[in-house]
Amino acid sequence: MSKIGLVIKREYLRRVSKKSFILLTFLTPILMVALIFVPLWLATLKGDEVKQVVISDTTGKYAQLFENTEQYHFIHSDKSLEEYRNSKNKELFAILNITDDLLKNPKAAAIYSEKQIPSELSDLVNKVLGKQLEVEKMATFNIPNLAEIIRESRVDFNIQTIKWSKDGSETISSVQIAYAIGFIFTMLIFMFIMMYGAMVMNGVMEEKTNRIVEVMVSSIKPFDLMMGKVIGIGLVGLTQLFLWGILTAVLFFAGQFLLGGGLQAALQESQNMQANMGTSATVEIDSAKQLFSALESFNFKEILLFFIIFFIGGYLLYASIFAAIGSAVDSEEDTQQFMAPISILLVFALYAGIYSMENPDGPLAFWCSLIPFTSPIVMMMRLPYDIPLWQILLSVTLLYATSIGFVRFSGKIYRVGILMYGKKPNFKEMLKWLKYK
Amino acid sequence: MIFLKAENVVKQYASHLALNDVSISVPEAKVFGLLGPNGAGKTTLIRIINRITAPDSGQVFFNGRLSQPDDIYRIGYLPEERGLYKKMKVGEQAIYLAQLKGLGYQEAKTRLTRWFDKFDIMPWWNKKLEELSKGMQQKVQFVITVIHEPALLIFDEPFSGFDPVNADLLKREILELKDKGHTVIFSTHNMASVEEICDEIALINRSRVVLSGDVNEIRNSFKSNTFSLSIAGTSFVPAPGLVEIVEEKAVGQHVEVLIHKTHDITNNELLAALMQNNEILSFTEELPSMNDIFIHTVSQTNNA
Repeated sequence: MSKIGLVIKREYLRRVSKKSFILLTFLTPILMVALIFVPLWLATLKGDEVKQVVISDTTGKYAQLFENTEQYHFIHSDKSLEEYRNSKNKELFAILNITDDLLKNPKAAAIYSEKQIPSELSDLVNKVLGKQLEVEKMATFNIPNLAEIIRESRVDFNIQTIKWSKDGSETISSVQIAYAIGFIFTMLIFMFIMMYGAMVMNGVMEEKTNRIVEVMVSSIKPFDLMMGKVIGIGLVGLTQLFLWGILTAVLFFAGQFLLGGGLQAALQESQNMQANMGTSATVEIDSAKQLFSALESFNFKEILLFFIIFFIGGYLLYASIFAAIGSAVDSEEDTQQFMAPISILLVFALYAGIYSMENPDGPLAFWCSLIPFTSPIVMMMRLPYDIPLWQILLSVTLLYATSIGFVRFSGKIYRVGILMYGKKPNFKEMLKWLKYK
Repeated sequence: MIFLKAENVVKQYASHLALNDVSISVPEAKVFGLLGPNGAGKTTLIRIINRITAPDSGQVFFNGRLSQPDDIYRIGYLPEERGLYKKMKVGEQAIYLAQLKGLGYQEAKTRLTRWFDKFDIMPWWNKKLEELSKGMQQKVQFVITVIHEPALLIFDEPFSGFDPVNADLLKREILELKDKGHTVIFSTHNMASVEEICDEIALINRSRVVLSGDVNEIRNSFKSNTFSLSIAGTSFVPAPGLVEIVEEKAVGQHVEVLIHKTHDITNNELLAALMQNNEILSFTEELPSMNDIFIHTVSQTNNA
């Protein structure tokens, strides 16, 4: 095995077998999937007991509108509110008190309870009374068939966004989904560059402060030592990403399978709730279909391929800089002055990426997705929007050219820095190291 | 045959001159001592030989030709500041470093097992390095330095941190390596060990070589015509005009005397003169210790 291969192997195996790596790799997808499924699952859980709600309606107009449901039984009563309040009846869940014609006085109805009133109950009451009041209000206009006219005139409108492809086909795309996909990949690249870049830096610093490099340089070229570390740690990152992808997919499907009917019901429930608020259920089904066709319209293979390409390029660029920093300093505190500009650059890239979402073809997005220091992050945000291929290829070329340049540049700083002790270097000094033979 | 040669090496750091026109010649299969007070420039010279830093001017010759980048793979270097991976298991780490030095996995393992047995550190094979005592870590590092049997071995202060028993073990190992044909450069402050194991030395002080050559020749050239004698009886009778008594003390049935030869006569002539009046039990010429030579030379050049 070549020497660089040995270094890669050691860096990789040592980190992959760490408990923290294994925990993070396996827990993160579980956490992500749980975040999606647990609320849905909780929504499917219903209280078993039937709650009793007393209706005290002095007008007599509304009480008969309420029909018993699975959860609520409505009881008509003439007793006053005070009587119930004093009776301490444990069976009783809530009292709906209506004291006047609600069309004239909308504040005349209220629900009283000793417990927190669930939104389910108030939604139900709102729905029943609201419908009745709508009918009554229409009746006051004295226009025949008004109810039919209004039903006929109701239009549901939801604009479709269609993108013309080069081959003339039309695809329904969804801006929100592009936004979400871009955001996830952008965050992943940003996170990984930060996390794994810092890992490279600490690894280099460890070797320097351990003084093991003095032994190492008589068996391996400093450049090979640095690259071995950068590549080994990069592979750890790719492994983690790969495992996350697979685990998330597996868990997601498993969750869907396990929850099965329950999930369907939960989705139905939320649709019904929206339907009550004015949108009709048919629109929801329509948009669900659109969602799938929109999802299909994204070229995931292409996005994933470029994600890997940009990830590797961006990682190489930043990891080599981190390695150079690690080699130049003697202790953690000294890293601050060098870390600050790098962090600012990365955070700027992240913000540029987020603003690019608003206008993926604007000048900020365009230039930041070409400049190598920001392109891995910003380009990921733009990719789902199907930007011209020449821009992607130009960006990749620039990124890799710069990465290779920086790997060499860092290799030179590393070679000098790794054996330089007791001096606190600055940027000027490091530039001088570049000239050393 | 000269194995390694440094010629007119100059190294200037920002604020001081670390090496000023330094030349050394290390003969093959010999132990070469690189001596000098702290900060004299020994480590800088070693780093230049190791190609860790480059000299401002001057050359290093390896086996008669100019030193090449690949020559470092023929060097085993034990740095003064010891360093290994603290969190890594000892055996795993040793195999890794041996593999980096070009040994195959099996070969590395066999050789390491042999060395670890020899040094009694086999039980630590699966321990993390940080669990070992400093002396143990030194042993591990020594093994790693010599494992690939390089032509040239450089030990920077190899005895620091060792108890006398282990220091002795190490001394024997170094001599054994020499007998096998390895060339050893050996930097130290421990002058007693220099007398025992070095064949040649170079003494560096204030960035310059102030003394170099064969250890015995150097000691001879520094001899101060001092002799120690054991005389039977209760008193020593000096040969007038030939010697001065430096010290005299009675020990039981004999007298121990330290004398200084004042006349330019041979040792035999001196002995013949002394024999006339004394029953001589022993007669030894006192060669100066390397320690004395070191202190003498360093203070002399400092005053110059």
